[in-house]
Amino acid sequence: MTGELMVLREQAEAEIQQAGTEEAFQAIRTRYLGRKGLLTGLLRNIANVAPEDRPQFGKECNEVKEELSARIDELLAELASSNKDEVLLGERIDVTLPGRGVRHGRLHPVTQVREEICRIFAGLGFSVVEGPEVELDYYNFEALNIPKDHPARDMQDTFYVEDNIVLRTHTSPVQVRIMEKTRPPVRILSPGRVYRRDSDISHTPMFHQIEGLLVDRGVTFGDLKGVLTIFLKQIFGEDTALRFRPSFFPFTEPSAEVDIRCVICSGRGCRVCGQSGWLEILGSGMVDPEVFRNVGYNPDEFTGFAFGLGLERIAMLKFGISDIRLFFDNDMRFLEQF
Amino acid sequence: MQVSLKWLRDYVDVDLSPEELAERLTMSGLEVDSLNRVEPAFRGVRVARIVSIKPHPHADQLSLCEVTTGDATYPVVCGAKNIHAGDIVPLAQVGAALPSGDLIRSVRIRDEVSAGMLCSEKELGIGGDASGIMLLPSDLPLGKGLAEALDLRDAVLDISVTPNRSDCLSIVGVAREVAAITGKTLRYPVAVVMENDEEVRGITSVSIEDPDLCPRYTARIIKNVRIGPSPFWMTRRLEAVGLRSINNIVDVTNFVMMELGQPLHAFDFRFLAEGRIVVRRSRAGETFVSLDGKERTLGADTLMICDGVKPVAIGGVMGGLNSEVKEETGTILLESAYFNPVSIRRTARALAMGTDAAFRFERGIDPEGVVRALDRAAGLMAELSGGTVCRGMIDQYPGTVATVRDIPLRVKRVGDILGTAVPEDVIVRILKSLEMEIDQDANGILRVTPPTCRVDIAREIDLIEEIVRLYGYDRVPPTLPAISVSAAGRTDEKRRTEARVREIMTGAGYTEVINYSFIPPVAVDQLGLDAADERRRHVRIRNPLSEEQAVMRTTMVYSLLRNAVRNADVGCFDLKIFETGRTFIAMGEGKQPREQNRAAFLITGRRYEERWHFSDLRADFHDLQGCVENILDLLRIPALSFRAGVHEPFLHPGKSCGVFSGEDQVGFLGEMHPDILSRMSLGDTLRQGVPVIVCEIDLDLLTAKYSAKTTFRAIPRFPSSSRDVAFLVRLGVEAGELLRTATDSAEELLEKVKIFDVYEGKNIPVGTRSLGLRFSYRSADRTLTDDEVNEVHARIVKKIVHASGASIR
Repeated sequence: MTGELMVLREQAEAEIQQAGTEEAFQAIRTRYLGRKGLLTGLLRNIANVAPEDRPQFGKECNEVKEELSARIDELLAELASSNKDEVLLGERIDVTLPGRGVRHGRLHPVTQVREEICRIFAGLGFSVVEGPEVELDYYNFEALNIPKDHPARDMQDTFYVEDNIVLRTHTSPVQVRIMEKTRPPVRILSPGRVYRRDSDISHTPMFHQIEGLLVDRGVTFGDLKGVLTIFLKQIFGEDTALRFRPSFFPFTEPSAEVDIRCVICSGRGCRVCGQSGWLEILGSGMVDPEVFRNVGYNPDEFTGFAFGLGLERIAMLKFGISDIRLFFDNDMRFLEQF
Repeated sequence: MQVSLKWLRDYVDVDLSPEELAERLTMSGLEVDSLNRVEPAFRGVRVARIVSIKPHPHADQLSLCEVTTGDATYPVVCGAKNIHAGDIVPLAQVGAALPSGDLIRSVRIRDEVSAGMLCSEKELGIGGDASGIMLLPSDLPLGKGLAEALDLRDAVLDISVTPNRSDCLSIVGVAREVAAITGKTLRYPVAVVMENDEEVRGITSVSIEDPDLCPRYTARIIKNVRIGPSPFWMTRRLEAVGLRSINNIVDVTNFVMMELGQPLHAFDFRFLAEGRIVVRRSRAGETFVSLDGKERTLGADTLMICDGVKPVAIGGVMGGLNSEVKEETGTILLESAYFNPVSIRRTARALAMGTDAAFRFERGIDPEGVVRALDRAAGLMAELSGGTVCRGMIDQYPGTVATVRDIPLRVKRVGDILGTAVPEDVIVRILKSLEMEIDQDANGILRVTPPTCRVDIAREIDLIEEIVRLYGYDRVPPTLPAISVSAAGRTDEKRRTEARVREIMTGAGYTEVINYSFIPPVAVDQLGLDAADERRRHVRIRNPLSEEQAVMRTTMVYSLLRNAVRNADVGCFDLKIFETGRTFIAMGEGKQPREQNRAAFLITGRRYEERWHFSDLRADFHDLQGCVENILDLLRIPALSFRAGVHEPFLHPGKSCGVFSGEDQVGFLGEMHPDILSRMSLGDTLRQGVPVIVCEIDLDLLTAKYSAKTTFRAIPRFPSSSRDVAFLVRLGVEAGELLRTATDSAEELLEKVKIFDVYEGKNIPVGTRSLGLRFSYRSADRTLTDDEVNEVHARIVKKIVHASGASIR
C-alpha cells in the first residue's frame, strides 16, 4: 500500500471515530469517497503509478473505499437505531398506574362454598335438586319421623305460617319429596335456604344448608363414612383429621355427628372449638326405616344414608368469620373480601 | 344435664380421668359440651380443734380461742357463739385467702393477738350458713387441708342429652352408661324406708279420673317432719349440678329427681282439703297460682293434681303455692307418678313452663322406676327431717304404659347395616352391658328386651344403633358405595340459569348479596304497589322475630334498596349488587305459596369504580339494560325487547320498561321513582339526584325459555357492505321502532342493523333527535355490487322514513 493511501485511510478513520452525527458522517463520506473526494482523487492519479503496480494500487484503493463506506454505514445505522429508541422512550407511560377495566364483582361466600360442595358431590355422582322453602309440616317433620308434640321438635325452633305450613327448618324435606317420586337408586344433593326462629352471634333466622341422600341396595354405614370422609378432606384438605360420633336425628338411625380437627387451633383447644379440639361439621346417619315406610320403600330391600350441613358454618371456618350475621348485612366491606 | 363426677362415683367406679371420661362419653353418644373442674374458692384453710375458749378481756362479744392443727397451736379471736372446746373447725391460717377476697393476716384485736380466723360455711363459700362457725365432723384429721378433708374438689360434666335419651337425664342414668362403656358394675342407690305403724290408707287416698293422662300415681305420707336446712352433703350434691338448696324436704325431691330421673312433688298435707288427691283434667279458663307465684289460666286439657276441692299442682309441671312446703309443715304427701309425655309437653309449652320436671316427663320417664324413687325419697326425707314414714303406699295404676319386650334382632342385619360384621358374642356382650335381656332364638335371631328406662328402644334398628354406638364408630371401616346410575333427576336446570346470571353480573362488576327472605309488611306500601297487585298477597309468618321480618318477600327489589341504604350509611354510595333467590306469593289458606326463582340487580353512583381512567361517569338505565341483554343473550332467550309504558309504581315512569321475550314479560327494569326513594327515606341517605336503577327478572321463565340447542352457521365467505344513515326523528319516536321497521322489511340481504349514534342538541331542531343507523348487507353466495346494495338500502330507508316520519340529515 502506498504511503499516501495509508495516510488517507488513517485520517478518514480518525475522522469517523470523531463523528457523532449523521451530517458529520455524510460529510466524511463526501470528502473521501465522493465523486470529488480524496480517495477518488487518489485513484484518478493512477497514471502516476508505475504500470506494473497499477492493478495492485487500484485493488487497494477499492478495498479502503469499501472498508470506509461499510464502516460509515454501520455507524450510521447504529446512530439511527439509537435515535429511534430515544424517540420511543420519549413516549414512555407510567406502568405503575392501575389498569383499566371493570372490577370483577364478588360472589357471596355462601355461594362460593355451596358451589364447591356441589362440585365435589357432582364428582361422586350426586344430582342437585331443590324443594319448597315454605313447606308442609308433613314434609318438614312428620314424614321425617318427628311427630307433633315430640321433644325432637325442640331441636329446631320453627316459624309457622299456618298450623300445617312452616318455613322449612332444614333441607331434609327434599329427601322425602324426591323419594316419593323416584325409585332407588337415589343420589341427590339439595342446597337451599332454611329458617329457624333464633337470632344471635351464632344464629340467624335464615341460613343455608345442603342435604345429601344416597339410597340403593346394600348401602352401609361404612359407605356413609367413606363418602363423607372424601368430601370433608376435599373441602378442608387431605390432612384434615375427622371423627364420627353417635348422635340423634329422628330421621336417621344410627346417626352420626361428624367433627373435624379444629382448623383454628389444630386440636390444642381454643375458644372456637370450645376447648374440645374438634368442630362439629355435619349431621348424618342411615335413613330411618320409618322414613322409608313413609315414602313406600321397603327398608329390608333398600338402605341409605343422609347428611346435612350448614353452609355458613363451613364458610365461617374456611374464612375465619366469627359472626354469622355478617353474611346477611351485605356490607360491601365484607362482601368484597371473598 | 350437669353431672358431678363425685356424685357419679356413688354409683359406679371411674378409673378414667375426667377428660378421658368426657371423651369416652362423647364418642358413645353422650356429648360432653364442657368439663369444669370445681375447686374450692378458698386457700390456706386447715382442719383444727379448739383447745380452749375464754372470754376476751377487753371485749364482751369476743372470745379468745386456742386452736390446734396438731403440729402447732394458735391464738384466734372469734366472735361466734356456737363453738366449744373440742369442736373441730376450719381455721383460715395467716396467709389464707377467702372467697370474699380477704387475706388473713396476724392482727391484734383489742390488744390480743389473733393468728388466723375460724370460718362459717358462708365465709368459705361452701354453704349458705352464716350463723356460726362451721362445725366439722370429729373424725377429720387435724391439720389436713380443708379441701382434701371434705373432698371439695370435683369435676362437672355438662352433657347435652339428645331428646331420645331421657334415661340419661339422671346421675344414675349416666352412671349406667359409664358402666356399659367401661365394663364396671352399676350400684343402684338403696332405698331404706323405716315405716311406722300408721297405715297410709287410713290417712289419704288417690283417685285418677283421667288415666290416659296419668296412668300411674303413687304416694306416701311422711309425718312429723321438721323443716330445716339440708346437711352439707346434700347441698353440695345439688349445687354441683346447678340446683339451689331450699329446705330438707324440697331438696330431697330435687335430689332424687337428679339421682333417678323421676320428678317428685311434696305437698304440705295440711292444705290438702279432705286429705286426698284427685287427678283430673282442668276446666277451660280455670286459674291457678303456681309455686313461682304466677297466676296461670289453664286450657281445657291440662292435667291437674287436685285435693278434695281444688287444684294443688299442675301435674308434672309445677306445684301450687297453696300447698307449698313451709317452715311449719309437719306432714308431707309425697307424689311419684307417671304422666303422659304428650300431655305434659303441651301443657309446658302452652304455659311456657319448661321446668326440670316437665322436661323429664315429656321425654318419657321409666314407668317402672316410679316406686323406687318414691321409696328413696321417703327414706331420705325421714332421715333428713326426723319424720316417720307411714306404712305402705298408695299405688294407683289404672292406665298402662307400653313397654317393649322381645325385639327380634337379626345378627346378620347388624353387619348389613354397618358394612362390617360384628360377632354375635360381641353383640350379646354390648346389649347385656346395657341391661338388656336376651333370649337366643333360632336362625341367628336374638330376642331382646331393653330395660324399661330405655323408652327409645322398640325396633331392631334401635338395637343396631346401640350396638354400633358401643362397638365404636371408629371401628367401622370407611368404604365407597358401588356406583349405580341414579334415576333421581338431573341437575336442576334453574341452577344453570342462575350460574349464567352470576357469571355475567360478577363479570360486569356486580357483587352478590344474600338477603333474608323476610320483609316488613309495609314494604309493599312503601313501594306503592296497587291494591290488586299480587305482590300484596303476603305469606305472613305467625311468630316472626320482629315486624321487620313478618312476611315473606314478594319482590326482591325492596331488600336491595335496604342494602343500598346500609352501604350509603357507611359511606359507600357507589353500588353494583345482585341477588338470586325466591319470592313467595300466597295462594290461599291451607296452600303452599307460589315460590318463584328470581334475580334482582341494583346499580347506583359511579358507573365504574373511582379510578383515574373514568372521571365521574354516573350509572344510568342503559348500564343495567346491557347486563340484562347479556344474560338473555347467553341463555339464548329469543326475541328480547324492552318496552316502555309497563306500569311499575315504584319506577320512574319515563325511565323504566318491561323486559320481554316475545310477548312474555320476564321482568322489569328502570330507575327508582324519586318519590318512592324519599318515601322510603332513601332520599336522605342516598345522594340527592343520583339515580338508583333496579331490575328484577323471573328465572323460572328464563329457564323455561332457555334453549340448549345451538346450531353452527357458516362463517361468511363474502364481504359485507355497510351504509350509515342519520335519521332526524321527533322526540318520543323510539329507536326500536326504526330498527323493527328495518328488520321487519324482510330484505334478505340486510344482515344486521344497529344504532351507532344518538344525538340531541345544537344544530338540530328542538324537539327532535338524530339517530344514526348502520346497515350491513351481505349475501352468502357472492360479493354484492354497489348497485345491488343501494337498491335494497333505498327501499329500507324509505320504509323507515314512511313509518316513523323521520327525515334524513
